[in-house]
Amino acid sequence: MSHSAPLIQTPKGAVKAISKALGKHLVSIEETNHEVAVHIQRDALVECMFRLRDDCEYQQLMEIAGVDWPERDPRFEIVYCLLSLTKNHRIRVHLTTNDDQPVPSVTGIWPVAGWLEREVFDMYGVLFSGNADLRRILTDYGFSGHPQRKDFPLSGYVELRYSEEEKRVKYEPVQLAQDFRNFDFLSPWEGADYVLPGDEKTGENAAQQPAAKETAKRSVRKPKATGDKA
Amino acid sequence: MSMQQDLAPTTGDEVIQNYTINFGPQHPAAHGVLRLVMELDGEIVERLDPHIGLLHRGTEKLIEYKTYLQALPYFDRLDYASPMAMEHSYVLAVEKLLDLEVPLRAQYLRVLFAEMTRIKNHTLNIAHHIIDVGAMTPPLWLYEIREDIMAFYERASGARMHAAWFRPGGVHQDVPLKLLTDIAEWLDDRMPRLFEDAMSLVVDNRIFKQRNVDIAIVSKEDAIKWGFSGPMIRGAGIPWDIRKSQPYDVYDRMEFDIPVGTRGDCYDRFMVRVEEVRQSVRIMKQCLQQMPEGPVCSDDRKVAPPKRAEMKQSMEALIHHFKLYTEGFKVPAGSVYVATESPKGEFGVYLVADGSNKPYRCKIRPTAFSHLQAMDFMSRGHMLADTTAILGALDIVFGECDR
Repeated sequence: MSHSAPLIQTPKGAVKAISKALGKHLVSIEETNHEVAVHIQRDALVECMFRLRDDCEYQQLMEIAGVDWPERDPRFEIVYCLLSLTKNHRIRVHLTTNDDQPVPSVTGIWPVAGWLEREVFDMYGVLFSGNADLRRILTDYGFSGHPQRKDFPLSGYVELRYSEEEKRVKYEPVQLAQDFRNFDFLSPWEGADYVLPGDEKTGENAAQQPAAKETAKRSVRKPKATGDKA
Repeated sequence: MSMQQDLAPTTGDEVIQNYTINFGPQHPAAHGVLRLVMELDGEIVERLDPHIGLLHRGTEKLIEYKTYLQALPYFDRLDYASPMAMEHSYVLAVEKLLDLEVPLRAQYLRVLFAEMTRIKNHTLNIAHHIIDVGAMTPPLWLYEIREDIMAFYERASGARMHAAWFRPGGVHQDVPLKLLTDIAEWLDDRMPRLFEDAMSLVVDNRIFKQRNVDIAIVSKEDAIKWGFSGPMIRGAGIPWDIRKSQPYDVYDRMEFDIPVGTRGDCYDRFMVRVEEVRQSVRIMKQCLQQMPEGPVCSDDRKVAPPKRAEMKQSMEALIHHFKLYTEGFKVPAGSVYVATESPKGEFGVYLVADGSNKPYRCKIRPTAFSHLQAMDFMSRGHMLADTTAILGALDIVFGECDR
C-alpha cells in the first residue's frame, strides 16, 4: 500500500463473519481499494443492520450516500457507511432501489439516520418507509425536483430575485446570459466512440486528398482548443 | 363545559400555552444561517427543530461537472473555518483511488498545516463559544492567533482562507525556510502566550462555568447512537480519534495525547478543544523537527504537474502541463470512503469514480449533520439561554453543513 490515506486493516475473518451473520440476505461481499463493501437485499435492510451492529460490532452509522445510475435498473444505489469503534474498521453496505420502491428506515437502530435519510430523499426522491419526518432538508421551502439526479440540470429550473416593484422575492425560470459550457476532454486518440467532426467521410472515401483533410480537421478543432484554455 | 369552567383561572388571569419562536436565521449566535424553530414552555425548551439548507449551494452537484483538480477549491468553501482540513479528506480519497504515493516532505507539510488549521478552527470556535455566553476580551486575543495563522496560510499558498494548497500527490508549492522558522518561533513564544492568557480568563471563571457545566450532558451511548465524532464524542468520554486509530499521512510518527471529557457536558467539550490546541502545538513542533528535505509533490506526471522551470526546457513537460490543466487526470473506476479527523470531527468523502476525468459522485459527510440533529434532545429541558451555549459547543459551520 503506497497511498497515505487512513490506514484501515480488515480484521482477520471479518469478511467471513459478516457473510455468516447476514446469511441469505447477502447478495455479494467484496474487498476493493482496501474497503469492504457488502451488497444486501433491500427488504432485509433493518435485520441486516441489527446483525451488523449487535453481532459484528459496527456501532456507528456515519453516512448514508445515494448514487444515481440512470442506465441501471433499479437506478438508485444507497450506501450506508458503518464504523466499528471496537474493531477499528469501516464497512459500506450497498443496496439498490427505484423511486417507487421505499427503503426500510434505520431510524429505529440509529436516530442519526433521520436527517441522513431526509437528505437522500431530498436529493434523489428515494422514499424511506418508517421515517416519521421525511421532509426536505437542504433545498428551499417549496422546492420541486430532486437535484442530485443525473437528469436534473446543473443550473436548476428556477432562479429567484428580489422584485423592487412587488416588494417580494420572485421565482422565475432560469435564464442564463451565457450557455453552460461542458467540454468533452476525452482524447479522440484514446478510443472515442464517436466520429470526429470533419471525419464523417473517411470511411467511404479513403482516397481523399490527405492535405485537404488535414486542414479541415484543424479548422474544426480550433475553437475547441481555445475553449479549453478559457 | 362545567368542568372547564371550574378549572378556568380567575378573572384577569390567562391560560399560558406553549409558544413557538424562531431563533435565526439572522441571529449572531446562530453561527451562520441556522433557523431553529423552538417550542417553549415559559423559558424551558420543549422541542427544537433546526431548519438547515439556507446556505445550500449544490457543491456535490457542481463537483460532478468539474475535473478532479477543479473540484478541490470547493472543499475550502465547505468549512471555511478550517479549509485545509477539508481538502485533506478529498486529496486522500483521490490518492487512494489512484494508489498514489506522496513524498515524505509533502506528508509532513500536510500534517503541519492540518494541525495549524485545527488551531485556527478551535480558536474561532472557542472564541465564539465564549462570546455566546457573554465574555468579550478572550475572543479578541484568540482572534490574534487566527490572524497569525491566516498570515502563515498566505505565505504558504497565497490565500488567507481558501488555500487550495493540498493537491492530489502532495502540496502545490514548497514553503520557504523562513516560514518554517517563523512558525517555530511563533509556536514557542507568541502562540502559547496569547492562548494561555485568554484561557486563564475563562477556564476557571465562575460565570463561564455556571453557563456550561452540566449543560446538555451526552452519555457515551447517545454519542455513539447519534453518530458523534471529533471533540463531541471525546467530550462524552470515548477516546476515539482517527488520527490515532486510522493514521493517515505521518500521524503515525507523531506523539500526542487525546483528551477526553468526564461528564459529557458543554464545559467538557470546550475543555477538550482547549487541550487539543495544546496537542496540535506539540504535533506541529514535531513536524518541524522531523521534516526532511525533498520534493513536495508526486513525480507521477500523469497526475501532478511538472515544475515551471522544467517546462521551459522540456516539450514533454509542457504537454503534461497542458493536458493536466485542460483534460485533467483520469481516476480508475471504483469507490472509496475516506474520513479524516477534521477539527470538528469525522469529515468524510465518499468518492465514486467511473474511470473518466470527473468524479461520478462525490458525497461529502459533514460533521455538523449528526451533531446539529442531536441538538433537539440535548436542549430539551434546558433554558432558552442555554441553547446558545449548546450551539457554541457543537461547533457548527454552515458552509459545511449545507454544502
